[in-house]
Amino acid sequence: MTVAHLNQTLAAWSPAQLGLVGDVLEVVRAPHPVLAATGAPVDPLDPTMVALAADLVATMRVSPGCVGLAAPQVGISAQMFALDVTGHPKTRTCHGVFVLCNAVITEATRQEKAREGCMSVPDFTGDVKRATRLTVTGTLPGTTDHVTITTDAFEARALQHEIDHCNGKLFLDRVAGAHAVHPRKNYQ
Amino acid sequence: MSQLAVTVIGPDRPGIIADVTEALAGTGVNLEDSTMTLLRGHFAMMMVCSGSLDEVKAAVEPLRGDLVITVRAMGPEHAHAAIGPSYLLSVHGADRPGIVAAVTRMLAAAGGTVTDLATRLSGDLYVLTAEVELPLTADLETLDRALEITAEELGVGVTLSPAESDDL
Repeated sequence: MTVAHLNQTLAAWSPAQLGLVGDVLEVVRAPHPVLAATGAPVDPLDPTMVALAADLVATMRVSPGCVGLAAPQVGISAQMFALDVTGHPKTRTCHGVFVLCNAVITEATRQEKAREGCMSVPDFTGDVKRATRLTVTGTLPGTTDHVTITTDAFEARALQHEIDHCNGKLFLDRVAGAHAVHPRKNYQ
Repeated sequence: MSQLAVTVIGPDRPGIIADVTEALAGTGVNLEDSTMTLLRGHFAMMMVCSGSLDEVKAAVEPLRGDLVITVRAMGPEHAHAAIGPSYLLSVHGADRPGIVAAVTRMLAAAGGTVTDLATRLSGDLYVLTAEVELPLTADLETLDRALEITAEELGVGVTLSPAESDDL
């Protein structure tokens, strides 16, 4: 199987391009209302938004197992998220770490069901059908560059999960049936 | 206030859940964990809620008739500590007595615990699906083999697969 063609601008992007080190913010949990609100479109050139991008990366980095973090998860209702699925066993195509503003899904095909969890819903997991082939457009923070990312597998799932956050949706809104929410299992 | 177990079962009709939960809400009861489903045309509800035993008993009294209702006080809540990773168990084949007993005995012998299980019978086809936790020390190969042998004896198919979740 071939992997999707990498967007080189995105793959080469590094948080260093933001020009500042982010702060680690507190992650909010459901039923916090910010998680149910549609995020406002952001101006990627706004210095506040560039700082938020750095904060999202910093917060994602200190959270064990976290592969993505959206602005509403740190209490800010905005269309921005950080993502990095590097090293995850289910990742095929991988663009490394990046932050996207105002991301929109333009194509989504080949749905598959899998069980996902979320830092903002720490006590449950849910079975959710998501596209495994995905095209998304958005803007890199601090730029006016529109980028198009075509990806698959785990990066596609993670992107859809984060874009959902930006639109006030949790995986709980998308579970595949009445028996599709499960208590999270934490074991030693 | 104590934790109560309320069970309701009766022939299905529209409005059972609304009737029962309205009666409970009227007493100020907080409905906590519950599961409700249709079992061969009978609607079955199992609920754990916190409230006053006497008030809840009185509130559901007018609903008795076609519904069989029990209300009992429970001991303190026991938090379920997971014993290990989750697996999905699926069994299907021709119906015969003893399928659930035989399969769950194998799981118990491996130290596993079932956290959710449902069975459905349609015509001659029997289907069982379950969520199972197995201790990290469980010998998966031996369990797989034991399940296979049991399945062969019963004439059914058994699949045990990891139900891992990914944090996003």
